[in-house]
Amino acid sequence: MAPRPGKDGNIWRMIWKYKALYLISIPSILYFLIFKYIPLGGSIIAFQEYNIFKGFGGSEWVGFAHFAEMFRHYDFLRILKNTVLIGLYDLVFAFPAPIILALLLNELRLVMFKRVVQTVVYMPHFLSWVVIAGMSVAILSPTTGILNQLLGWFGFDPLYFLGDNAYIRGVLIGSGVWRDTGYGTILYLAALAGINPELYEAAQIDGANRWKQTLRITLPALLPTIMILFLLHIGKFLDFGFERVWVFLNALNTENGEILDTYIYRAGLLSQQYSYTTAVGIFKSLVGLALVMTGNFFSRKTTGESLY
Amino acid sequence: MLNILFLTLIGLMMFLPFLNVIAQSFSSSSAITEGKVSFWPVEFTLINYEYVFNDVSIWRAFGVSVFVTLVGTMINLIATATLAYPVSRQEYVGRRVIVLMVLVTMIFSAPLIPNFLLIKNLHLMNTPWALILPGAISAFNFFVMHSFFKQLPPEIIDSARIDGCGELGIMIRMVTPLSKPVMASLGIFYAVSHWNAYMGALYYIDQPKWWPLQVKLKRMFETDDISIDPGASQFSDLAHTSPEGIKMATIIIATLPIIMIYPFLQRHFVKGLTIGAVKA
Repeated sequence: MAPRPGKDGNIWRMIWKYKALYLISIPSILYFLIFKYIPLGGSIIAFQEYNIFKGFGGSEWVGFAHFAEMFRHYDFLRILKNTVLIGLYDLVFAFPAPIILALLLNELRLVMFKRVVQTVVYMPHFLSWVVIAGMSVAILSPTTGILNQLLGWFGFDPLYFLGDNAYIRGVLIGSGVWRDTGYGTILYLAALAGINPELYEAAQIDGANRWKQTLRITLPALLPTIMILFLLHIGKFLDFGFERVWVFLNALNTENGEILDTYIYRAGLLSQQYSYTTAVGIFKSLVGLALVMTGNFFSRKTTGESLY
Repeated sequence: MLNILFLTLIGLMMFLPFLNVIAQSFSSSSAITEGKVSFWPVEFTLINYEYVFNDVSIWRAFGVSVFVTLVGTMINLIATATLAYPVSRQEYVGRRVIVLMVLVTMIFSAPLIPNFLLIKNLHLMNTPWALILPGAISAFNFFVMHSFFKQLPPEIIDSARIDGCGELGIMIRMVTPLSKPVMASLGIFYAVSHWNAYMGALYYIDQPKWWPLQVKLKRMFETDDISIDPGASQFSDLAHTSPEGIKMATIIIATLPIIMIYPFLQRHFVKGLTIGAVKA
């Protein structure tokens, strides 16, 4: 039997006895303190006029001035709008895609064919965003791209997908759907594999067709997984991801394509508005947190599923 | 039947872009610029690959990426396991505090600038360590490993102790061999993210000699006139190389390691993802 920690002085004897356990954990604890908690504390520069030469101690305190400034800033409001819109499109188009694909894959009875399709659709997830952007430039090019050649066969004029504010959001969402839909099916397929087949047999006897079975058995069984992934998704609502947007941005599509993350990098690191962009970062995290908590609350009330 | 047709179509949509890139990388400049290349090389040539193989800076970036991936993944696994294992043990006083400490970092994370200032103050700028250390442990992977260690039967540890094993002996001889599956799955997640990492290098590295492959690649896409690259001067016959072809060849080379281990990878990432899901 493993001894249990006592209530009094023998805690120290306990620690001494298992010192190996404590010793090996020290570097990783230090990692969290240094690389996670120090920057978290460093976020106070959002309330300062941070000066890199004066440091945290010497910089002047300004309270919520940077937060107030955000909402007066034309650039910020435009970029916030982009971020919300892109997040919304992503929720509407990218979130349901793996569910639909998983349902279709689940209907397949040809094992070999299913394996081949799965192998192919998982693959794009392992490409970097830089590579995907490079491929997209080639495929979407108005003069040499295969997609515009295809459109040409149907009599359409070539579209400059990456050089036009009108298309950038579509490209951002589309590339994400292309990359992650297949991979996203894995969890749903695992949930689908766990459904008791007797349920379907019973439904068949009751005269339910495939569509009815999907509606009455499959979807309810998937609901917990869908809810959990949905909650995780809305937590990242304003967090579309720096890389996947940055690699697509250019002078012609920034107006509609820029999101908070890329703005923080551009205004923060490149133009060195340290305090202001830290305030933007905090704002983004707080909105994300509020969304998760709200979603969690409603989900627990309605479906009983929650993250915590 | 309709389903099969539809899934075939989706499969093609996922796969054909790869084919298009491969075809372009083997095609001549004129064929690409005239828009004649679809899914098969036109005017087959190896000149794009020759260019890439002769560009020292691409190889250097490849080397940086290989280093960061190998060393980084090793550090990831060791750092995650050496926290997850002790904290999974009953005897570890304060394990709840540690779990909470990790959980908090999952919910609250610092914005870019405080992280940047930390890396700067630690003098990690322009070193590969800036790409390795800040992500040494992923909180999510910590929880996956933690629940894996927790479900190991305590009898294993007790029996090893009866056989005269010390704590270190138990870790090295009993726990490590048992944790191979979880190490393989998480190792793959860590390795792929190191290989594909771009953001960290963009933030923390501005000297070209420490650029990893993804940054080098992005820079190549940004410069329209690739022929001003120093590597190009040895090709007098520039008419045959094209920026597009060279970019596509570099994409292939940057993706090849992942494509090559993909069949092996697939088994493990499905497992890794579903281990993680059991917890949720």
